[in-house]
Amino acid sequence: MSEPGAEYAHAVSVEGLRFGYTAGEEILSIDALVIEPTQRVFLYGPSGCGKSTLLSMIGGVLVPQDGRVSVLGQDLSAMKGSGRDRVRADHLGIIFQQFNLVPYLSVVDNVCLPCRYSRRRLQRAESDDGTVEASAARLLSELGIDDRLRARRSTELSVGQQQRVAAARALIGRPELIIADEPTSSLDADRRRDFVSLLLTECDSANSTVIFVSHDQSLASHFDEAIDLRAINRAERDSDAA
Amino acid sequence: MLHSIRNTFSLGFKSLWNRRGTAALTLASIAVSAALLSVVDRVRTDAQVSFANTISGTDLIIGARSGDLNLLLYSVFRIGNPTNNISWNSFETIAERREVDWLIPISLGDAHKGFRVLGTNLDYFEHYQYADGRTLDLSDGSTFTRATDAVIGAEVAERLGYEIGQPIVISHGLTATSFVTHDDNPFTVVGVLARTGTPVDRTVHISLAGMDLIHAGPGEFSLPSSLDSYEPDAITAVFVGLKSRVAVFSVQRFLNEYEREPLSAVIPGVALQQLWGLIGVAEYALLGVSAMVVLAGVLGLLATLLVSLNERRREMSVLRSVGARPGHVFSLLLSEAALLAFLGALAGLLAVQLAVILVRPYALAEFGIQLSVGLRVFDFAVLAGILLIAVLVSIIPAWRAYRNSLADGLTVKI
Repeated sequence: MSEPGAEYAHAVSVEGLRFGYTAGEEILSIDALVIEPTQRVFLYGPSGCGKSTLLSMIGGVLVPQDGRVSVLGQDLSAMKGSGRDRVRADHLGIIFQQFNLVPYLSVVDNVCLPCRYSRRRLQRAESDDGTVEASAARLLSELGIDDRLRARRSTELSVGQQQRVAAARALIGRPELIIADEPTSSLDADRRRDFVSLLLTECDSANSTVIFVSHDQSLASHFDEAIDLRAINRAERDSDAA
Repeated sequence: MLHSIRNTFSLGFKSLWNRRGTAALTLASIAVSAALLSVVDRVRTDAQVSFANTISGTDLIIGARSGDLNLLLYSVFRIGNPTNNISWNSFETIAERREVDWLIPISLGDAHKGFRVLGTNLDYFEHYQYADGRTLDLSDGSTFTRATDAVIGAEVAERLGYEIGQPIVISHGLTATSFVTHDDNPFTVVGVLARTGTPVDRTVHISLAGMDLIHAGPGEFSLPSSLDSYEPDAITAVFVGLKSRVAVFSVQRFLNEYEREPLSAVIPGVALQQLWGLIGVAEYALLGVSAMVVLAGVLGLLATLLVSLNERRREMSVLRSVGARPGHVFSLLLSEAALLAFLGALAGLLAVQLAVILVRPYALAEFGIQLSVGLRVFDFAVLAGILLIAVLVSIIPAWRAYRNSLADGLTVKI
């Protein structure tokens, strides 16, 4: 099995990125941002400072008007939409703030979802645990989801359980990059710490790079590096100044 | 490719199941529209076949001067009343023509418990044909040998529970509860005809002598010694079989120009065509209305999908985040529409099958229409048509979901 992840130098590299949803209104302007493989990065900043927008670009769903975004050595800005979709499906695991799960699928089906869209992650999940379902079951139990909950519909779970299911889904098939966009904001303080340490343990065993976005700086100590988006986003600085 | 299509449909099915309340209503409206279209066409074609099967092998029908359709309806379908009689003299004149192979005299106007009574002779049982040349068969008993014998159709026997030897009373006039009944002249059932699926099943056949016996006052009528030689004064109509069909038009012209009394001679096929022409307009109007109902059903589907889109934006961006491409989102919406349309139309068509099985006996007994069971080409066309229209129409919500999924990125503000 080819491991395209072997040769790249940076997990994520951003150069001269500029982005605005409407013309003349710039939200992001980042000269350089580099995240090394297997690094755990904590990205923080107040809401509205462009964190989610930056993640959408790393996720290959949005494209910058200017500049380059590379993920695992592949230049997303040079790719067509289908190419970026393929990179995301094969190499990225994404966790949102809330409502991560498809309401009409069971817990296990939700976790297996990425393997429907990526042959690579399907094969990796199968080589890890034999079958995709076994892989999902292992991740769920490691993340503390009771066996009895697996067949339940995702909407029957508590918010904390839903977030852990979303983490299992992001981790299935060992994607190289895990992106978590405020995954703990709907959890209380104890559960926040539990969630972060569980997630990071799993990412360690999968050798995944982690970009964890939050406005709650108390979590920063769990990570190798903390980046204040306001410090690197010139657009934000400009608008603050104005 | 196949794997991905199966994926999409299983996802679409689960999504619909999650919204099964509204999905069931949409499905039901599509089912109703498919059923309506199927039923209208089925009744239409089955009625045509049943009507066309009622008479076969008869080249001309002759009666008193009237419209072609009227003559056909009362003589063959027992619908409506004869305008006038024709004399036995005319019958004999026709019988003498060398083109004529056989003649069946019929005499109508009376009823037994709501079933029409038809006076005729034994030639009826020999020459009358239906459904591509099948002749009448007795399922029990024999044809009449005496003036007071009656041979009943299968439906009469079944509904009234008559068997051979049953004495029956024939009333003058057509209603079931006629005031004038002739209790002193009871007839006896001597034969039961096998089922034909035509108005014959609902007819009580008696001899021409028996017919006159009903109408004669007490003591006015003496029974003839032989039925074969009995000659009534008048009859209602004559079915004519010619030796060669080539002669049809010349015989028809001769009869239409017959001077001793005003006659009408119609070719059954031509009169049937007139009938189709008449009811065709109504049939197409019904088909048109049914097609509109299908359109309404599909528009309901479109509305359901469009309304659901907003509340599903989150779901779409979750799917995008786990690697679904915009094309997947597009085809998920299409698959949902296709599933609803297919299952709805299928349910409608199967409901029609069930309904046909249930109402079949009734349709045959009341209207003489033999409804056919089983899916037909038209049904598959309905299924395919509804599926196609639904998929085409659902391109609108699918395209919207596609655009949304591109614009929303990975986060939807809720």
